[in-house]
Amino acid sequence: MNDKTKGNRFMDYLRRERMPTIFCAGCGNGIVINTFFNAMEMAELNLDNITMVSGIGCSSRIPGYIKCDSLHTTHGRPIAFATGVKLANPEMDVVVFSGDGDAAAIGGNHLIHGARRNINLTVICINNSIYGMTGGQISPTSPKGSFGSTAPYGALETPFDLAELVSAAGATYVARWTTAHPLQLSNAIKKGLQNKGFSFIEVVSQCPTYFGRKNKMRSPVDMMKWMKEQSIVKRKADKMTEEELEGKLIVGDFADRSRPEFSESLCELVNQKCQEGSPEAIKSAYKIKL
Amino acid sequence: MIKMDEDLCKGCNICTEFCPRKVYEQSKELDKKGVHLPVPVNEEKCKKCNLCALMCPDQAITVEGNEE
Repeated sequence: MNDKTKGNRFMDYLRRERMPTIFCAGCGNGIVINTFFNAMEMAELNLDNITMVSGIGCSSRIPGYIKCDSLHTTHGRPIAFATGVKLANPEMDVVVFSGDGDAAAIGGNHLIHGARRNINLTVICINNSIYGMTGGQISPTSPKGSFGSTAPYGALETPFDLAELVSAAGATYVARWTTAHPLQLSNAIKKGLQNKGFSFIEVVSQCPTYFGRKNKMRSPVDMMKWMKEQSIVKRKADKMTEEELEGKLIVGDFADRSRPEFSESLCELVNQKCQEGSPEAIKSAYKIKL
Repeated sequence: MIKMDEDLCKGCNICTEFCPRKVYEQSKELDKKGVHLPVPVNEEKCKKCNLCALMCPDQAITVEGNEE
């Protein structure tokens, strides 16, 4: 470590003039920022070579506090924008910060199609099980029976299992951890950053202000203890029955495989076509002009 | 040595609860923002694992003396 690191070990990467953050006391977003920097140091990546893309929501404000290139895009579309960034400069490490409302609700299609293409992005989805920014409405990942401002009698719907969904859509690295497991989460983000292909890390996070207050877990500590108690590692969970797993959070790696990556195959195609002469479409366009 | 940035801390209590060696305790008095700041009262117990710095959502904690 160099001498200028007198403050917090992550402060060098943050825009000090914008701190303290807008997040509520005990919000999980801050822990995700820390674990991301920890993972970035472990993966030996340079922050100057990282582009962060985010949509709309509490978690999507994260790139605004980080000293790197960032895009704050329209609601639910960060993966679409990130695809463009990645294809414009495939050398860039593109990271998407997204919330559950952003990635699962309005941007659900972008998420599964990003996974299907297997483009080299790292998507960190901060799942706080509720729409925090707009006032605690039930989101597609709210657990069954949980309370929110739009579900005073408890949510009736079955929530999305985002990690399983993205894994089934074809992502090459999928993991789920909670903010109460910061070391395991750092390792998962590191693996995601190093993975060549679509990496999806779902972080189950606490929203003490809306989810906690409406579900009898008023403090961030109560929520984190609950998450730690409820979580079961995937290897153990595979041997358990569905009844035993009811209400539990399954954490761990959901997918770790390799498949051809999209930006690489596209570059190869462009290279090949350039060597063989202009593509047919361009040739015919020139012919018309002549 | 543990340093707390009082401007950044929002008093969420995560460090006092998740420190494996119970180094921190909540202060009795409220600070100017109206929150109970954590105080590293049992600092001699600290093994400098840096878990508090990793878990602090507001980047307020600095654990010094473990960087060689």
